[in-house]
Amino acid sequence: MSTRLKSGGRFTSGGAQLSFDFNGKKLKGVAGDTLASALLANDQMMVGRSFKYHRPRGIVASGGEEPNALFNMGYTNTFEPNQRATTTELFEGLIAGSQNHWPSLEFDIGVLNTYVSRLLPAGFYYKTFIHPRSFWKHIYEPIIRQSAGLGKAPRAEDRDPDTYEHFYFFADVMVIGGGVAGLQAAKAAALTGVKVLLVEQTAHWGGRAPVDGGEVNGTPVEAYCEGLVAELQAMDNVTMRTRLMGAGVYDHGYTLGYERLNDHQPDASGPRHRLWRIRAAQIITATGAIERPLSFAGNDIPGVMLASAVRDYAVNYGVSVADRTVVVTNNDDAYRTAITLKNLGLDVPCIIDARAGGAGALADEAKALGIRIENGKAIAKVKGGKRVTGVILCAQAGEGAELEEIACDAVAMSGGWSPVVHLWSHCGGKLVWDDAQSHFRPDSERPPSGANGEGFVSVVGSANGHMQMAELVGDAHGAGLAAGKAAGGTAVKTKAPEGAYSSENAVEPVWLMPQGAGYKLRSKAWLDYQNDVKVSDVQLAAQEGFESVEHAKRYTTLGMATDQGKLSNINGLAILSDALGQPIPQTGTTTFRPPYTPISMGAIGGEARGKVFQPLRKTPLYGWSDKNGADWEPVGAWRRPFAYLQPGESVHDAVNREVKNTREALGLLDASTLGKLIVKGPDAGKFLDMLYTNMMSTLKPGKCRYGLMCSENGFLIDDGVVARLDEDTFLCHTTTGGAETIHGHMEEWLQTEWWDWNVYVANVTEQFAQIAVVGPNARKVLEKLGGMDLSKDALAFMEWADGTIGGFDARVFRISFSGELSYEIAVPASQGLAFWEALMAAGAEFGAMPYGTETLHILRAEKGFIMIGDETDGTVIPQDLNLHWALSKKKEDYLGKRAHQRSHMADPDRWKLVGLKTLDKSVLPDGAYAVEPGVNANGQRNMFGRVTSTYYSSNLERGIAMGLVKNGPDRMGEVIDFPKVDGTIIKAKIVDPVIYDKDGAKQNV
Amino acid sequence: MSNAVSALQGASYVGGIAEIRELGLRGMITLRGDLADKKLIKAVKGIAGTMPDARRIAMNDKAGAAWMSSDELLLMVDHADAPSTIEALNSALKGTHFLAANVSDARAVFEVSGPSAREVMAKLAPVDFAPDAFTQGMFRRSRLAQVPAALWMSREDAFTVVCFRSVGEYMFDLLSVAAQGGSEVGAY
Repeated sequence: MSTRLKSGGRFTSGGAQLSFDFNGKKLKGVAGDTLASALLANDQMMVGRSFKYHRPRGIVASGGEEPNALFNMGYTNTFEPNQRATTTELFEGLIAGSQNHWPSLEFDIGVLNTYVSRLLPAGFYYKTFIHPRSFWKHIYEPIIRQSAGLGKAPRAEDRDPDTYEHFYFFADVMVIGGGVAGLQAAKAAALTGVKVLLVEQTAHWGGRAPVDGGEVNGTPVEAYCEGLVAELQAMDNVTMRTRLMGAGVYDHGYTLGYERLNDHQPDASGPRHRLWRIRAAQIITATGAIERPLSFAGNDIPGVMLASAVRDYAVNYGVSVADRTVVVTNNDDAYRTAITLKNLGLDVPCIIDARAGGAGALADEAKALGIRIENGKAIAKVKGGKRVTGVILCAQAGEGAELEEIACDAVAMSGGWSPVVHLWSHCGGKLVWDDAQSHFRPDSERPPSGANGEGFVSVVGSANGHMQMAELVGDAHGAGLAAGKAAGGTAVKTKAPEGAYSSENAVEPVWLMPQGAGYKLRSKAWLDYQNDVKVSDVQLAAQEGFESVEHAKRYTTLGMATDQGKLSNINGLAILSDALGQPIPQTGTTTFRPPYTPISMGAIGGEARGKVFQPLRKTPLYGWSDKNGADWEPVGAWRRPFAYLQPGESVHDAVNREVKNTREALGLLDASTLGKLIVKGPDAGKFLDMLYTNMMSTLKPGKCRYGLMCSENGFLIDDGVVARLDEDTFLCHTTTGGAETIHGHMEEWLQTEWWDWNVYVANVTEQFAQIAVVGPNARKVLEKLGGMDLSKDALAFMEWADGTIGGFDARVFRISFSGELSYEIAVPASQGLAFWEALMAAGAEFGAMPYGTETLHILRAEKGFIMIGDETDGTVIPQDLNLHWALSKKKEDYLGKRAHQRSHMADPDRWKLVGLKTLDKSVLPDGAYAVEPGVNANGQRNMFGRVTSTYYSSNLERGIAMGLVKNGPDRMGEVIDFPKVDGTIIKAKIVDPVIYDKDGAKQNV
Repeated sequence: MSNAVSALQGASYVGGIAEIRELGLRGMITLRGDLADKKLIKAVKGIAGTMPDARRIAMNDKAGAAWMSSDELLLMVDHADAPSTIEALNSALKGTHFLAANVSDARAVFEVSGPSAREVMAKLAPVDFAPDAFTQGMFRRSRLAQVPAALWMSREDAFTVVCFRSVGEYMFDLLSVAAQGGSEVGAY
């Protein structure tokens, strides 16, 4: 059984006792534990069920590569699935539950899958769920969804109580990984005087070296690391962070760091995670290496673990995984586990070394401790169900003929080490296959390159394939100096540290154990624990023609689980290569993509949640409107009142009242969101003549003109009233949504095409609160406030004037989007609220009421005025809207002119704007299509028009609409059909779009 | 001008790792023109004392001039003085091609102050706020989270942030969230 050792661990010695909850059981751990070490200390060997076959699974690893020990963590609003026990630091009160079983971890009905595993090979889904077609949607997909996934999804109603944030940081050299190589490289880089950021994903500096041992400059490596940490901490130009994982490396030295601030102290204040968005001139990855499992039958039974992990639990956490541990290996390093365990007084019944020649000096040490060593041997299979009970010894060279059963409670396996090349590879660093060490390592000749074509990532330590301290520290030192220099540091002469050499025999590639294992053994030899992919599955994929490693990966799902194949990828592609009869480098690797291990969605979102999820734009009148019944409508990022509800009113009631009141008395509209662009310069008139389809340069100061803007492809993009302020200066009103885009549009043409024209543009949209005073009483309220002559003669329709009204500095535009007598009055935004309140007070006796965007729409639709975004959708040209009058024939050119001459633009059959009058007075559905008999080439009903704007008019007491209809203006009086989604049809007569005051008598008083 | 109010009427947030305060109305003028033009330089010096270099701000007791782009400055004066300053610019620059527009009311202005002010800023803007990298006199036209903003150090441990008036509330909430208690980074 696994248990806590009296000797204590590096991280747990003297730690306070903590209690935590696992599957409802109260268990004890120690401060410094991970959840994994605490579970093992409580003899919890089995921690979950596998994805597909629901096989019992135990902890395999001790770090971020762990595939099995994934838990549902927390409860209610802190619940999170798929949290790795090996990287979860234990805290008092932690709650964890195992995943993917029903009804319980010990007894799981899904285990039945394992008995039919012969029927569930690779590609089973693809082969099975394709026929009959109709089954997918209603039968297969729901069942697959039900059984898919390991952890549970959080409940939709829960809200994460934690906060998250981003942090932008800039460094000359960033070192990822705080093991001995990372520490050494960081120090060397710092010596060149540049700014260094050193990050380590765990809570501890030093990495594996203190566990694995070795010497640097004659000092034990643990003490050497402590010395480096102290030196770095004393350097002003070094920033050091633990619990911060380098998650991804991107172009131009952009790097994401994932900092877990409060996962280990959930009651602390401040954010839980912080996403560091780092710019570094040079990046050094010191990300270490990951031990590979060996592929033998039963290598997934709880108790079969990586040899390094067994050692880690013993040394770092004082936890023995088992009393009797068999070590199985193809390299010398695993002997360290046997020696460590033996020295702790634990039993190691046997070291099974697949190499005929066995190990070097470490074998002598093991032998001296009395450990039995079997060279050239292998594990035929592991005995046990929910935990290991023994192993069957066989010859590695054979097919698994049973030699002997060795009783044990755990198996420590080592298939060699794979450098963690992920961060090197994220941005394009290439790999080479190292035959001597049987792994892919970074090709230092082909690093990710920056804007200058030079590499900006270098790699040190075991991440670079350096498995010997002797080569590792000196190399890390050199790489640190080089990165510092490349980042602008000054060259320094320092003596490189010297690491001790340990005499080891070479690793021998062992991709299958035993070498000639038959199908039965291969189909129980796991490659990917998390996605339940076996040796036989990869071989089947190869046999079925999935020769590319990317295809084989997707077909078998090898490496596609949340661990992204950290343990399985190399073993899987070795099996694939073998099946294809080609060398491993020819097969290549799958693509390494960020993040290195999963990062929280919260960290990605950062601060953007709740009230700062998204910026809302608010006019100076927002607060007043909100207090006075506004029913808000999003218009881009703005919030505009759709209508102002009086007590007891529905939105529909309010709109009907506002429409009538504005036509009959006085309506006030907050029009502040309209874009306002000042265009100034000697060439301003020429410029606007190019931008608008009609002539602007002839506009006289003091006058206004409505204009249309087209893109260079001829499509309508914006409209609005232009006022000429003086000879050189125009004020262009844009639509609400167009303010920023039209500003950008103008700048683009000025900066890229007409850069020699003397024109400046300024966006003054938000400088003004603009209020439309609309209705028969509009002039009365303004005269009452006083200060300007706004009579018909003094300020005629389509004129503007500056002055003061009621003491407010005001610019008054006599323009109308409603068909009524109307003034749009701009005052400084800071005075907008006061001016609005003055208008409401003075207008009370004239029936003043605010109105919202829906009334604005209805009033303009009654007048047949188009709205950008309703009548236009990016495919509509002015001619479609019968706006030929606004297309200048005098101008030699304007944006869109040439496009309008294209055949499709000039096609007489284009759908054109008409009014639509429903025979039953009902309101047409927005976007409804007019249909005619027959179907088109796609089998769809023939259509010849569609509704673009549709409203209920309380003035006319019926539905009104506009639409685009093929040959519409020539079909006046014709009745056409608009089917509704319920199958019924609305009949509408084609009419003139202008249904209110066609002569403009009302606005021109 | 008693009717004039700023977007948030002087709202403030204290109790976090930095203090956030809306500073109220400030006179602001967008000046576009040839920044090498002698008349323009003279006019700017007459207002802010100095002509700012690229990505810098020049300030005196009463006014400031910030470099917005290669042909744009942001001039800052008392709120009430903006119209007269524009008139003065119009006459000083008569005959040259330029644009001077009053944008005082289009803006909201905030101060972020306290020992952790740099870190609060660095949570929101992709700018290097390390003490040796960002110093008084520097000016950035950047973004804070999802909105455009201009920023500079008004004094040691204090930043001034300018954004559009319509997103003043978002900016205030954003800065307050970034300054929440216990969120010191300790990176500088």
